[in-house]
Amino acid sequence: MKKAILLALMMVLSFTFSAHAGETFNLLTWKGYAPTELIKKFEAETGYTVKVTYSNNEEMIAKLRATRGAGFDLAQPSQDRISSVQKKYSIYQPMDYSQIKSALFIPSMLNAVKRNTAVENNSYAVPFCWGTSGLIVNTAKAPGATDYTALISEKYKGRVSYRLKRPTLIAMAFAMGKDPFALYGSPTEYKKLMNKVADELIKAKPIVKNYWTNGDALLQSMRSGEVTVAMAWDNGGWKLHAENKDIDFIAPASGALGWIDTFAIPAKAKNTKAAYAWINFIMRPENAAMFTNKEKYATAAVGVAKFLDKAVADNFSRSFSEDTIDNIKWYPPVPAHIEAIEGKLLDKIKAAN
Amino acid sequence: MTAFTKKKSLLFWLFLAPVIGWLGLLIIIPHIDLLIMSLKAENDMGDLVWSTANYMEFFREPIYWVTFVRTALYSVITTVVTLMISFPIAFYIAKVASNKLRGAYVILLLLPFWVSELVRVYGWMILLRESGVLNFFLLKLGIITTPIEMLYNDATMIMGLVYSSMLFMVVPLISVMESLDDSLVEASFDLGGGVISTTWNIIIPHAKPGITSGCIVVFMLSLGNYLTPNLMGGKNSLWFTEQIYNQFIASFNWNQGAAFGFLLLLLSSLIIWFGLKVTKQTLGKVVA
Amino acid sequence: MNIDLSAKDIVKKFGALTAVNNISFDVPKGSFFSILGPSGCGKTTLLRMIAGFDHPTSGSLKICGRDMLGIAPNKRPVNLVFQHLALFPMMNVSENIAFGLHRRGVDKQTIQKKVHEILERVGLPEYANKRIDQLSGGQKQRIAIARCLVLDPTVLLLDEPLGALDLKLREQMKVELKKLQSEVGTTFIYITHDQSEALVMSDSVAVMQNGVFEQIASPRELYAEPATSFVASFVGDNNTWSATVSGIENDCIAVETDSNLHFKTRSKDNVSIGQKVDLFLRPEAIVINPHDVSGLNLLQVTVKAVLFDGANSRLLTVTKAGRELTVSLPQNRQYDYIQKGDRISLGWSPESGICFKREE
Repeated sequence: MKKAILLALMMVLSFTFSAHAGETFNLLTWKGYAPTELIKKFEAETGYTVKVTYSNNEEMIAKLRATRGAGFDLAQPSQDRISSVQKKYSIYQPMDYSQIKSALFIPSMLNAVKRNTAVENNSYAVPFCWGTSGLIVNTAKAPGATDYTALISEKYKGRVSYRLKRPTLIAMAFAMGKDPFALYGSPTEYKKLMNKVADELIKAKPIVKNYWTNGDALLQSMRSGEVTVAMAWDNGGWKLHAENKDIDFIAPASGALGWIDTFAIPAKAKNTKAAYAWINFIMRPENAAMFTNKEKYATAAVGVAKFLDKAVADNFSRSFSEDTIDNIKWYPPVPAHIEAIEGKLLDKIKAAN
Repeated sequence: MTAFTKKKSLLFWLFLAPVIGWLGLLIIIPHIDLLIMSLKAENDMGDLVWSTANYMEFFREPIYWVTFVRTALYSVITTVVTLMISFPIAFYIAKVASNKLRGAYVILLLLPFWVSELVRVYGWMILLRESGVLNFFLLKLGIITTPIEMLYNDATMIMGLVYSSMLFMVVPLISVMESLDDSLVEASFDLGGGVISTTWNIIIPHAKPGITSGCIVVFMLSLGNYLTPNLMGGKNSLWFTEQIYNQFIASFNWNQGAAFGFLLLLLSSLIIWFGLKVTKQTLGKVVA
Repeated sequence: MNIDLSAKDIVKKFGALTAVNNISFDVPKGSFFSILGPSGCGKTTLLRMIAGFDHPTSGSLKICGRDMLGIAPNKRPVNLVFQHLALFPMMNVSENIAFGLHRRGVDKQTIQKKVHEILERVGLPEYANKRIDQLSGGQKQRIAIARCLVLDPTVLLLDEPLGALDLKLREQMKVELKKLQSEVGTTFIYITHDQSEALVMSDSVAVMQNGVFEQIASPRELYAEPATSFVASFVGDNNTWSATVSGIENDCIAVETDSNLHFKTRSKDNVSIGQKVDLFLRPEAIVINPHDVSGLNLLQVTVKAVLFDGANSRLLTVTKAGRELTVSLPQNRQYDYIQKGDRISLGWSPESGICFKREE
């Protein structure tokens, strides 16, 4: 009985002592980007109540566009999807870098993101984590799958899966020996190239088993052996590798696609204070490492190495040699009109029989 | 007298206000907004101007109208299959089953709808996938030697659509069949009718309003379904709703998406109108 | 005599309940046969077995010598006019009538001709294109019968078809039905709980109770010579006394009623002295203030009310002991003098009364 009273008292005290008791913090992010342990820790430290909504790049933009940037305090779009969207719809507010502890970030990455998300005189984001898209391969069942061309190869017919989204188009373009990013500036040339890519993918439709939409479902298909070659994010491959040594992430010969996911503050965010607090909280080395250990994504935080599990550190060195790191194709900011071109082609591929 | 009528009309408006408010706020105003949006397109300068380009795009670009025709056709097939399966089930529940069992059967039909559509579809996927339950048993029993992929084809997709819309056909059919006088069926048999002629001449004409309302609901549900075609149809089954979704989400072209939305509304209404004409019915009768 | 329908030892059980208990009867060709009984007596079950919708638990059923067991309703040479007629509301009058002919694959011209003929026969030639809901009750009735008759059934079954009509129409339809039946010559089996319908129309009536036939006889015989006390009380009006046998003569017995009246009367059953009996006496068998009292049973009563109802007028009288007694009041003006409160004497012949053993 005494214990219970003590406990209740402590709870009451802890609430009153928390600076922001009762305030909610609305986070719009990707699945896995806000581990429960970290949320609990953050809530205990600051007193905020964290509400998380899971999404992806496209839906994030659509959600914020629908409300003109209201409803969320912090979003996590990819760095290449910020500037053109911001120019067109003004759904974010400029990042106040004075509120950010820059010492927590890898300087080169922070600067790259600042540069890539600049619109007029402001920048709109700071990096959170990064990774690559490449191939997840079951090397025992699908030997020899080393490049994106495996996705359209007769050899793996019925055992292939990828997302019907823009990264696949871009990857196939690289596999054809072209550089789609170089054509970002000229929509007509870009369209020509993408038409060719679409034709390839339509021709290869009998090869693909399905277009995956849900990461967990893809991993399940790879576990069961239904799918042996897939285009997906590196961390998924690493997760599977921990269970089955035959399955691993492979950086494709024509280059893994490198992405950086960021923090950006929506234009009508109510609780920017909480947003900055969350950024500064999760980028602390021990917290960032906890995230990486769990989700296998690399973070943009410095000083993480000593907190990392050995297996996680190994993942990266196993999949990426010095050369392949240099060969990573980092997404430049997406200019306007590109998405409309891609959207139509993706529809065309899906509709084709 | 006048005071009374005044009071009455005030009361009338008071009761009607929430309905009007609901209709206005949640249906009419957003639709007007969407309509305006659908009639705007970017010109060469990148500015939004009034234009019918979004609607023209639908007819000019084969992917779009072919997808629509495909979606409509498959929805019609789904509706017909659902009707053919539901009709005997509804007849059994309404006319043959004992009172005690009737409720139990209806609950059995309702049961799958207590979970979300997503869960229902995943249930099918677990059953039918290559490493799924059905393949496991077929392999165990030695009926097949290599697992068969049963997902990601049109037949499976239609089955999924039929499954998720059956309730909406069975329920109106049950209620309309319950109102069928047993002696009409007996009279038909007495006068020499068989099972087929009795069904065709007596039961179907009687059940017509239920059949029509069930068909309209199932057709609209199939047409507007997103999850089932996407997940069970897989790579070959672009559904029109997915195209609307893609316009809004992937291409950021809300104007085009809104136009597609209106075309879906318009064309599906047209199909229903045509269906009612062909079967010589009016919407008023069906709803009443 | 040709027998159209022959039922033998028919039993129908629903679980523990025996709805029809060992019934046998024959219906001669071209006759009007009625089954009369209170609701729940099993007559509808019997009819449904003849039509083929229910199947006997045991027993045999033959139509024109052909065994009907296991033959589906749509294959039997019988047709049923349903209690609520069961006209198809989705079809018009001529479509309703043509339905059965279509099922037989009769060609279109013949169908048209037959529909027209039968509509004339039932007196509704103008109604071919009417919707069912445009018809009056009596018209519906006739269409329902026409729909069956057009198929020339060996036996036409009718399940209380007049029940839904108002009294006046019912009286009229009774006569029409009887006329129709004698014109077409089809065997009718008619089910009713209304004794007047059965008596007016039938050649032969079976009185049914608790799943058994109490008596099969012509209407006249049923009325005059009821075989059981149930028939006596169910068919026609009767005054009833409880009595005890006090003496036995040749073809007569003497009884003493509960109210200490002494009568001579007939007995259907063999009785001995001291036997408890029920005595039935028709209101029209009682003579008011008889001139010639020889051989009559006599009693004194007080007029409690004059129930004037045209040809059906009665006196409600009461004996000294307070027993009510209904007496027919012939409308030949002879008894116009009788007023409420008058004391009158009544007489009846021993042949008019009838006794049955009391079933305890």
